[in-house]
Amino acid sequence: MTNVTLTNLSLRYPGMGIATVNDLSLTIPSGSITALLGPSGCGKTTTMKIIAGLLKPDGGDVTFDGQSILHMPPERRGAVMVFQNHLLFPNLTVAENIGFGLKMRRLPRPEIATRVAEMLALVQLPDMGPRRPADLSGGQQQRVALARALIVQPRVLLLDEPLSNLDAHLRAEMRDLIRSLQRRLNITTLFVTHDQEEAVAMADQIALMLAGQLRQTAVPEVFYHQPADQAVARFFGGVNFIPGLVSNTTFTSDLPRLHLPENAPPGPGILTIRPEAIRLGPGANALDARVTDRSFRGTQIRLTLQVAGTVLCADLPPNQAAGINAGDAIQIHLPPASLWVMADPT
Amino acid sequence: MTVLRRVALGTLILWLILPLVPLAIWSFAKGWRFPALLPNEFTLHAWHIALSDRTGALHSLGLTAAIATLTTLIAVLIGVPAGRALGQHRFRGKAAIQALILAPLIVPGIAVGLGLHAVFLRLGLTNSIPGVVLVHLIPSLPYMILVMTGIFATHDPAFEWQARSLGATPWQTFRHITLPAILPGVIVGALFCFLVSWSQYILTLLIGGGRVQTLPLLLFSFATSGRNDLTGAIALIYILPGILILVLTARYISGTHPALAGVSRT
Repeated sequence: MTNVTLTNLSLRYPGMGIATVNDLSLTIPSGSITALLGPSGCGKTTTMKIIAGLLKPDGGDVTFDGQSILHMPPERRGAVMVFQNHLLFPNLTVAENIGFGLKMRRLPRPEIATRVAEMLALVQLPDMGPRRPADLSGGQQQRVALARALIVQPRVLLLDEPLSNLDAHLRAEMRDLIRSLQRRLNITTLFVTHDQEEAVAMADQIALMLAGQLRQTAVPEVFYHQPADQAVARFFGGVNFIPGLVSNTTFTSDLPRLHLPENAPPGPGILTIRPEAIRLGPGANALDARVTDRSFRGTQIRLTLQVAGTVLCADLPPNQAAGINAGDAIQIHLPPASLWVMADPT
Repeated sequence: MTVLRRVALGTLILWLILPLVPLAIWSFAKGWRFPALLPNEFTLHAWHIALSDRTGALHSLGLTAAIATLTTLIAVLIGVPAGRALGQHRFRGKAAIQALILAPLIVPGIAVGLGLHAVFLRLGLTNSIPGVVLVHLIPSLPYMILVMTGIFATHDPAFEWQARSLGATPWQTFRHITLPAILPGVIVGALFCFLVSWSQYILTLLIGGGRVQTLPLLLFSFATSGRNDLTGAIALIYILPGILILVLTARYISGTHPALAGVSRT
């Protein structure tokens, strides 16, 4: 159980114009699983390597339970990193790979053997010990890499894109395995991903990173309903953005006046609503719309709507969207509780 | 294709072995004059002399082996870190350093040796084994560094990060992760170094000043003295370790092994 804090962390690779990691501050609560989410090349893996001790930051601090660990070499930090491409040692067997960390700690052989066997059972590979890593499938390799990290009982587990090298059908299985092991062993975990669905499904807390900077840290639901800004909202599939002005509980824009929930800050802002939050028929904030496009999205139907010169997208369940076609005039309403106003950066 | 390959291999072996046949015959011959295809009589006389204290062949064998081993060890100690720096890092002046490392293979040894002789004389390193070892490093070290540069260029340092992250100290990481990965390259490089030192003549003569009597020096003095039987026996002693090493390490120096990737690339 280790509480991890990053304070004003910065790192600039030599020869790069902008900082790879820029003034990043983040707390990873003890025993929780936090996702560091962002597009590729935004500095996620770099941040992880700083925590693991493989890179030295230019500025800032990393603490475990309040104590700075920056002066410690990687092997003394107790932060184990599992790399994206598994990195199983090819000259060792599966069992030797898993037991590597214990061997380095000079534990007696019988104890290593016992704990390796336990780990193999835990990751559901009980008979794979004598095999070579090259004989394993990608999913099995990933599980061995996870077992090799967990066996040393790390204070902090760092997973770099743990699911990205797996086939789609293996992902859900691996995701559940990581989550159940993390819960059972109560290890403070940070994982890096570019996939927001993966982050939402696995994490207690998501830290969204764009261009080296942390944009928002919160529980997954917040990113859908209260995004910090337009870029954050877009990353989570937000599509409806309406610039306007807030005064009291009304929002003035190209659309007819809209009623807001009471907590919106006054002044210029950008109003957003999730496409799946838009409702058909009369209600509060009712609007007349014309359907300009209709597309099938698997579980939902997306309607593109023209509302008083503004384009809105609405996702509806197929049974509600039945009979609505491009060119139709329909009435929609935007429930006030689903409206969210963000600061206008301009 | 296999027929052609066998013919090529046979020709190569013949080409290597054939010149040694007369030497082998000479070493057992008792008089072998011109038109005779083979000597009239065979004897172990030359071998008796060669292996006795009178010629000093055994002493020279030990000395040559010691010098070659010492040279190889030092070359490994310098070549592995140098190869790592050149194979994995980019730094200012790297091209110049690489050119300098290759220079001894281009500049004739005798030119270097004559200049070095004056320097070594002042340092008191002439006529001594340390001096000879030092000068043998000049032609052998480039091979070691070249091989190790190639090895490290294809070696992924992420495996070392992973080991450190799992709790291995820098030394444990080297011992358990890096060394097994680079070992074939170290063996190939060491083999080159050993053989280059083993066959060194001119530099040994210049710096050793005749006091450090390695096998090639001994061999040359017998060859010029006209004792063909003794020359043959000592020559066979001289080439034996080289062949032995080649046979023992053959699997590492086949063209397909990654250890040679760096050599074929440069």
